[in-house]
Amino acid sequence: MDFALTEQQELIRKEVSALARSFPPEYWLEKDTKAEYPFEFVKAFAQAGWLGVIIPEEYGGSGLGVTEASLMLHDIAASGAGTSGCSPIHFYCFPPMPVIKHGSETLKRKYLPRIATGEIVMSFGVTEPNAGTDTSRIQTRAEAKGDRFIVNGRKVWNTNAQNATHTLLLARTAPRDPAKPFKGLTLFFTEFDRTKITVRVIEKLGRAAVDSNEIYIDGLEIPMENVVGEVGSGFYHLLDSLNPERVMTGIEAVGIGRAALARAVDYAKERIVFDRPIGQNQAVAHPLAMAWAKLETAELMCLKAAWLFDHGQPCGAESNAAKLIAAEAGFEACDAALQTHGGYGYAKEFHVERLWREVRLYKIAPVSQQMVLNHISEHVLHLPKSY
Amino acid sequence: MKILVAVKQVPDTATQVKISSDPKAIDTAGITWIVSPYDEFAIEEALRIKEKRGQGEVVAVTLGPDRAKETLRSALAMGCDRAIHVNDPALANADTMTTARALAAVVKQEAPQLVLCGRQAIDDDAGAVGAQLAEVLGWPCASWIMEETIDADAKTVRVGRQVEGGLEVFDIPLPAVLSAQKGLNEPRYPTLKGIMGAKKKEIKDVKASDLGLSSITPELSITALEALPARPPGRIIPGDVKDAVKELVRSLREDAKAI
Ligand SMILES: Cc1cc2nc3c(=O)[nH]c(=O)nc-3n(C[C@H](O)[C@H](O)[C@H](O)COP(=O)(O)OP(=O)(O)OC[C@H]3O[C@@H](n4cnc5c(N)ncnc54)[C@H](O)[C@@H]3O)c2cc1C
Repeated sequence: MDFALTEQQELIRKEVSALARSFPPEYWLEKDTKAEYPFEFVKAFAQAGWLGVIIPEEYGGSGLGVTEASLMLHDIAASGAGTSGCSPIHFYCFPPMPVIKHGSETLKRKYLPRIATGEIVMSFGVTEPNAGTDTSRIQTRAEAKGDRFIVNGRKVWNTNAQNATHTLLLARTAPRDPAKPFKGLTLFFTEFDRTKITVRVIEKLGRAAVDSNEIYIDGLEIPMENVVGEVGSGFYHLLDSLNPERVMTGIEAVGIGRAALARAVDYAKERIVFDRPIGQNQAVAHPLAMAWAKLETAELMCLKAAWLFDHGQPCGAESNAAKLIAAEAGFEACDAALQTHGGYGYAKEFHVERLWREVRLYKIAPVSQQMVLNHISEHVLHLPKSY
Repeated sequence: MKILVAVKQVPDTATQVKISSDPKAIDTAGITWIVSPYDEFAIEEALRIKEKRGQGEVVAVTLGPDRAKETLRSALAMGCDRAIHVNDPALANADTMTTARALAAVVKQEAPQLVLCGRQAIDDDAGAVGAQLAEVLGWPCASWIMEETIDADAKTVRVGRQVEGGLEVFDIPLPAVLSAQKGLNEPRYPTLKGIMGAKKKEIKDVKASDLGLSSITPELSITALEALPARPPGRIIPGDVKDAVKELVRSLREDAKAI
């Protein structure tokens, strides 16, 4: 067993960290307050070639794995950029995965190079208002008509849709068969045609800089060649996106927890109350020490799941467990950090408040903690399915 | 045009440096190491010269222990073509003059037309190696440069060096040694492609004997390192403003003897 990062992975961490830290916490505070998309940040990462991290070399990327993408996202989060910095970047990391693994050569040649440079801005459309976590019941339909599909339906929580040029979209192409509920779903990679898609932003708890939206799809035309993989097998292709997504968002939560922890530790050393630094009180120190230990553990699980994926091994249970533990560890770290700051933790100026709001997301999305526990109960422990 | 850039690995600027149990050295445990920031200006300038001329080679060189290889890797990731690592326990306590002699030996072997370095390394802040290197080589030298232009046939360089209130402009024949001041340029961040390419580039390991350095006797040695004395705690004068001001004035006059 070898836990050491390679020299190249170390260098990736160092350089991502340096680039991300050139955007100070005040930049993110302003973006959050004004609900402005962090275009400058994304551009800096595009220019330095980071958006192509996972795109194969023959399509203009760097051909690295989920491990390297995770290291990158961790260091973006830990720089203080949090989810506001990670979300725009991670759309270049997991949504292209089904295209890379199952897409036709035409589809790959047409889109992957433009994803690697950042020219394409993506959204990811799975969740629907009337289906929720029960993805097999999505109602968005795609009907074949000649050389194209015509799509009608609604998606919710479509992140990035305000600026997206393209979208990865899941739709029903055959009626739901209760015996095989996940068959008959098809995955499309297509242009975000604003003449056929209406977008309405959702006001939310955190990450105001990066929009999430309800989208209404009315007669969207998608050429046949834009089907990813096989018609009717879209959900199975999507799994190659969902597992990396769990690993990457998990390690983002770890990074955010570390950003908050670092601030709390500095504050606990400096803030004097009752003639002593507050960090001298074990009631303040221990939650921070516990947060450190749990973040370390969560990071290990994320990197193990990433390693499994990159080595072509099954990683469903591990990716789920990584997200579960990381979302807890990240949230507890931010909460302990907020508590450490006392009243100032509640003030925007100290930045922990923003991280605390942002990190809460990971217990809900991309998959809720409960659904992860359902997965482990059913598929790992072989307990009877509860729903 | 071949350019050699001398770089040094130093503790990150955010590091709280502590003295180790050996009072002549710092405690290196837990330190994050970086390329000395002024050296990054030197690397950037070398790369720009090469890019502008459309040809040439940029070679990074460092003297340091095994961990200093990371610094060379960073230089390669930024775009240097290859690197030389002078790594020899015999040079572990090299003073600035010894470092300059070792670098001069590398320069003689490589025969570049220009050597660039930072105006000083931000660890011991000696700021001596660049000038000493030029002296050992018998080359002209300009320190703290803010701008440079090399003529078409790489015979001379016009440099502007920072002086109080302005620039001092020199025409210097090449080969020469130039040291970079902040403001010379804005160093680039390595690209991911650059980082991946760095793995494939050569880092040559060199020992003192390869450089023909037989007897290494530093001319300077450290007697001891001392931490700055702790700042005495401040004092808050209580009471209402009138009394407090009186006490403040008395204290400034009698205790601090400041007024
Ligand atoms: C900021 C944000 C960004 C997002 N971005 C995207 C995006 O870009 N693309 C996209 O497709 N989706 C996105 N999502 C959607 C996200 O993946 C879903 O919100 C999430 O999967 C939960 O689905 P739901 O909200 O419909 O919850 P529901 O399915 O309605 O569930 C509600 C609650 O009930 C619990 N629950 C439901 N069924 C069970 C059961 N059987 N056992 C136990 N508990 C159960 C759930 O765990 C949850 O706590 C985003 C969400 C947010 C908040």
